[in-house]
Amino acid sequence: MEKLLLLGAEAIAQGAIDGGMSGIYAYPGTPSTEITEYVQNNKIAIERNIHRNWSANEKTAVEAALGMSYAGKRAMACMKHVGLNVAADPFINAAITGVNGGLVITVADDPSMHSSQNEQDSRFYGKFAMIPMLEPSNQQEAYDMAYESFELSEKFKIPVLMRITTRLSHSRSGIKRKEIKSENPLTYPDDPIQFVLLPSNARKRYKGLLGIQSSIEEAAEKSKYNKYIDGKDKSLGIIACGIAFNYLMENYPENNCPHPILKIGQYPMPYSLLDKIVNECDKILVLEDGYPFVEEQIKGYFDKSGKITGRLNGAIPRDGELNPDIVGKALGKEVKQFFKIPEIVKNRPPELCSGCAHRDIYTALNETMKEFGKQKVFSDIGCYTLGALPPWNAINSCVDMGASITMAKGAADAGVRPSVAVIGDSTFTHSGMTALLDCVYENTPVTIIIADNATTAMTGGQTSPATGRLEQICIGLGVKPEHVRVLTPLPKFHEEMIKVIREELLYEGVSVIIPRRECIQTATRSKKEQRVKAEEVTQ
Amino acid sequence: MKADIILSGVGGQGIVSIAATIAQAALDNNLFIKQSEVHGMSQRGGAVYSHLRISDREIASDLIPLGHADIIISVEPMESLRYLPWLKEDGWLVTNSTPFINIPDYPDLKSLHLEIEKFPNHILINADEIARQVKSPRSSNIVMLGAASPFLEIPIENFEQAIGKIFGRKGEKIVELNIQALHAGREYSLTHQKEKV
Repeated sequence: MEKLLLLGAEAIAQGAIDGGMSGIYAYPGTPSTEITEYVQNNKIAIERNIHRNWSANEKTAVEAALGMSYAGKRAMACMKHVGLNVAADPFINAAITGVNGGLVITVADDPSMHSSQNEQDSRFYGKFAMIPMLEPSNQQEAYDMAYESFELSEKFKIPVLMRITTRLSHSRSGIKRKEIKSENPLTYPDDPIQFVLLPSNARKRYKGLLGIQSSIEEAAEKSKYNKYIDGKDKSLGIIACGIAFNYLMENYPENNCPHPILKIGQYPMPYSLLDKIVNECDKILVLEDGYPFVEEQIKGYFDKSGKITGRLNGAIPRDGELNPDIVGKALGKEVKQFFKIPEIVKNRPPELCSGCAHRDIYTALNETMKEFGKQKVFSDIGCYTLGALPPWNAINSCVDMGASITMAKGAADAGVRPSVAVIGDSTFTHSGMTALLDCVYENTPVTIIIADNATTAMTGGQTSPATGRLEQICIGLGVKPEHVRVLTPLPKFHEEMIKVIREELLYEGVSVIIPRRECIQTATRSKKEQRVKAEEVTQ
Repeated sequence: MKADIILSGVGGQGIVSIAATIAQAALDNNLFIKQSEVHGMSQRGGAVYSHLRISDREIASDLIPLGHADIIISVEPMESLRYLPWLKEDGWLVTNSTPFINIPDYPDLKSLHLEIEKFPNHILINADEIARQVKSPRSSNIVMLGAASPFLEIPIENFEQAIGKIFGRKGEKIVELNIQALHAGREYSLTHQKEKV
């Protein structure tokens, strides 16, 4: 079969499709978005009618995937690392209920915070839930692991966590495919109360989960993804997890690493292999992208001997993603650098697109806020977060999805007037609706600006369940219809926008302002597609 | 055969298309490839880059180590200099001379060009102008690919085929225009090299 040229994210999608997946559930988030997008455009997925629409958030995604697994089918939920915080509740509990059809939760971590609020390492969540984890080192493994992950999940009847990082997710390579499996038929769980986590059942299930720990450890020991590669020079042993293995091998182009290497791709940690390398070698260097997950577990609190080195003792920087140079330096290799960046080169930070509607709403908001003082605008996560940078400097917070409205509420409760929230349409349905309900419940004096560009713009323009029904949702949640104000953010309506914003800032209750204009990126793209279609018709 | 390539520019300038075209051509030549790119936040008018590695042997790392890049291909002059720490001692700097100015402190263009001309191995090409000449103003990125093509050990026919595969969805006309842009860039680069010798 011809090799496919795929991003790591796409390789996971193709592996899952070929592995018999019936549905994928996700909320877009860099660096995980391309997994679901690939399924959406894939021919087999379309023919098989694999479920592939976006979910409102990561929690609903995991729950829906769990429901599909309940019905015996193979399902995947995908998200970025911080999305797993949102989905933590069903994620941890799915380990207790167990699964029927294979259930795989794929999480893309973002060490170095290329486009995220933090660097958290999802392997801790996998350990916390006590489920098997897979961590591919390259695109082919990403495909193979996704393909086999449903079987692993069905074998132990528990969910599997697949962990990747930005670099692998967004790097392309050639992939060899396997035979396409058929989908599972509809079936129901063997135990009728398995999915009922009432305390009496949950206790039983939890004991069951604890009971299989030794077998999932054994599976990791035997896994082809955990490999002990012997070396003569035992003065150092190297443990390389996931993509770190590639950076290690980059330093030995002839495949001639003299030291023993333990390559880890499946967890729980393969303890006997770890025993072997730690006992055989004088020193241990742990290479892992993310937190010192393996390092901490093998080091323990009392190991002061300095035998184990890695992120904790500074052999590898404590933060940021790995690369071949960092690994090379830890191995004592010289990094050759011939040129420096000339001083003439200036920074070029990201910015709101020219013609973006957010520019117009921030211009109007800034002018209005001059009358009311600084530091009162809580914002959220999306393109509009770029309003924190010059020339706008318009917003004062960005914490997690949905936090703008609830933080504005807390500030209003503290006496801040006016207290303003800026949130996007997609973020609003992700996590803002319940926050708005809290405001309505207490008639908190807040002004919520839902910047509606009819898409999830930051991640490249995915559909949003809120499109076309924001006013309905707000009124349905109890906002007074006369305080749901729709605007068209364009410079020619500048004065009118200021007037409406001022009126609502002065109102002592819940008000929602919806500046609505389609994202300039999606608008341009759909125009272009229409033109291509029109040309095809005329040809 | 091995080529470590850094592609650079500003979000939205089409470096992903260049990367995809080289990667496709390399794949058609049964070469191994790894191409890592930047998505998300930085795409909004910020500096973007892609590490592209092609080789007849399996490639370990998705990222190029410092001081190892054979060539930097940039669709924007200032962005060509941002990734110099990765360039080999005798590596090539192939860059568009037309700036993309979206910051208030963009450097003086003449000084920028002088900085680039310090490198003995450089091609400074007005890709925007050449793209206009072949009546495909949006193809300046493919002009840049053409300008870099003499330094990549891949036959030009493979780049043509790759353009066909990658732009095919957009229609036959777009494919033709991009192939013309490819040749125009290549031509400039070849004559410029000869002039220097």
